[in-house]
Amino acid sequence: MRRSVYGGLLILGIFLLFLIENARAVSAQVQAEKEQEGDETQTGGSSGGTSKKWKSFLETLPFELHGFLEARGGLRTQDDPHEPKTATLGETRLQLNLFKALDWAKFRLKSDFLYDGVAEGASVDLREANAILTPFEFMDLKVGRQILTWGTGDYIFINDLFPKDYKSFFIGRDDEYLKAPSDALKASLYTKILNFDLVYTPRFNPDRFIDGKQLSYFNPQLGRLAGDDAVIYPRKRDEWFEDSEIAFRLYRDIESYGLALYGYNGFWKSPMGFDPQAGKATFPRLSIYGLSARGKVWKGIGNVEMGYYDSRDDRSGNDPFVPNSQFRFLSGYEQELAKDLTMGVQYYLELMLDYGAYNRTLPRGSHAADEYRHVITLRLTKLLMYQNLKLSLFTFYSPSDKDVYMRPNIHYKITDHWSAEAGANIFFGEKDHTFFGQFQNDTNVYLGIRCGF
Amino acid sequence: MKALYWFSFILTLGLLATPVQGETQLPEPQKAGIEIMEKEQQAFYSPGKDMKAEIRMELITAAGEKRIRVLTMLRWNDPKSKDQKYFLYFREPSDVRGMTFMVWKYPLKESDRWIYVPAIDLVRRIAASDARSSFVGSDFTYEDVSGRNISADTHTLIREEKVGDRDCYLVESVPKQPIDYVKRISWINKITFLPLKEEYYDVQNQLARVFTADKIEEIAAPEGAGRKSFPTAVRRTMKNLKTGHRTEVTLTSVSYNVALQDNIFTERYLRNPPERWIK
Repeated sequence: MRRSVYGGLLILGIFLLFLIENARAVSAQVQAEKEQEGDETQTGGSSGGTSKKWKSFLETLPFELHGFLEARGGLRTQDDPHEPKTATLGETRLQLNLFKALDWAKFRLKSDFLYDGVAEGASVDLREANAILTPFEFMDLKVGRQILTWGTGDYIFINDLFPKDYKSFFIGRDDEYLKAPSDALKASLYTKILNFDLVYTPRFNPDRFIDGKQLSYFNPQLGRLAGDDAVIYPRKRDEWFEDSEIAFRLYRDIESYGLALYGYNGFWKSPMGFDPQAGKATFPRLSIYGLSARGKVWKGIGNVEMGYYDSRDDRSGNDPFVPNSQFRFLSGYEQELAKDLTMGVQYYLELMLDYGAYNRTLPRGSHAADEYRHVITLRLTKLLMYQNLKLSLFTFYSPSDKDVYMRPNIHYKITDHWSAEAGANIFFGEKDHTFFGQFQNDTNVYLGIRCGF
Repeated sequence: MKALYWFSFILTLGLLATPVQGETQLPEPQKAGIEIMEKEQQAFYSPGKDMKAEIRMELITAAGEKRIRVLTMLRWNDPKSKDQKYFLYFREPSDVRGMTFMVWKYPLKESDRWIYVPAIDLVRRIAASDARSSFVGSDFTYEDVSGRNISADTHTLIREEKVGDRDCYLVESVPKQPIDYVKRISWINKITFLPLKEEYYDVQNQLARVFTADKIEEIAAPEGAGRKSFPTAVRRTMKNLKTGHRTEVTLTSVSYNVALQDNIFTERYLRNPPERWIK
């Protein structure tokens, strides 16, 4: 961890030196141009001048450079007996996004450099470092660290087993951070009849799951809420090629309806298993087969997606420490209700297979999960002031778990560069052990300000 | 009794069919109106086999504050139908940079729209049943950008009039279904069939929005064995008179008949924008 921070800081250092060197050349150039132009009137006054200079500087670089600088803070709205800190978020983040297109390949390097006041340390989050090649007319290859997404759900993923960062999601980082990067090879084949994506991850990329640091959770072994006092350190799956993941998608459009078949072979992405001898959480083996369809329905867009989760380490359902196989189903509908007001609803079902075996083998005193977990979501988005102000509310409600997760957010684009946002992550639940109910002490509010370039 | 029922049923069907026949016999000014608007749509929204342009939009508030949108637009006309496909690649502002947007537009039904958000590698279908929504926060609606279905309005040629020194047809278009305006008046150049000015009247019948084509350029492009010139409105403004907000659009690097292929307008290139075309 520490080594990667130093490595990152070194990259940043070299980068900044390079920028300063370029900036000098550009400012001289801009100065010269200005003298030629005479004084051209500009709206926005002196700040317009600076941003113009900065822009021409960016344009002289031999690659595209973009990014942002952001400050973000958040706090828990109630005390949490399992977490020592009230703050859930307090970070300064610089994102640099470099892109270069050559005739034979495209390269992208995108990295976040952050100082995290809650974890009390600097860190580097290399988001992307990849090359896209087109070896044949009908084929694209994307190699390296990349963000991957597919499927039709809105914040609900059935066939998308690429790593998620639930911690970032629950503490109010930008939506971008719900997706964690994969170190993978993605091969895409395109034909007139079908398109095919194959993603090979040579070494397992788990979720950035809720481990007890910063956010408290329900620990089934302890049978209670836990946090900093019971941080999860799962048994790693980090053998190259042995702990590999493979995912594919076959898809095509028929009359602008997107149809897809999916497959996955790998592991539960969060440590859902437990090894009672070692007392460690584990990532049991998992395969998934699924399908989805999406397209116009009535006045909006409808989608359905389903997947069969084959929990290969517990096919009989008799092992209480490994999740049973499941069937997951999602159906959604989104429509623009009025000008700049959009509503999306989803129904999600998680059906535990071999429920009898699960119930029989469940250790005495444990909280039994339901055979059917139903979740309904509602998204409302309203754009105002020439779409510069966005009000949104996303709600998860599970009538079977009797818990709720709400994500209100207000985002304002102050100018083309500056934006500010505020929001909350609100959890309710009747019981401590349900999916959202376990986070009831983690309810938090956050604020952020960002300058993009 | 049953026979009477069937008789009246068939009679009703016959009556229902009558107005359809009647539609072919429109009064002269309406017939001319439709003809002119068809030519206008051809000249304004679908010249050439395809098109590529850099678009810069300045969104200006009444107080003079500016926001900028810069994008590359590719358009392809389906030679087999009146369908069109659009591909947009956003460059500015920085928070939307790299986003791509694809529209499959059909003359008679709702368009299909997709957006790709590179930061999360997400392709989304957009549920936009409201073609009157603002395009990227500007004073232009989606319909203003890609054209409104001709049969959605009743068009009437009112008279001929000059805009500056150019002879124009003055056509009034009244939406058949109630929308945010009740009447649009267009001044259409008699030679190029480009709209030089449009006035939109709101539900109180007050002038609410004004479109002007501020600069027309002739863009030469290959066509068949020879070359053809396409008059193009390279500067356009839409002004909202109620709020004082306006949007000025400038098109640069406009080219027609560049041999775009249908396959550009697919999820493949939405996720991995075609460098050759957006450079």
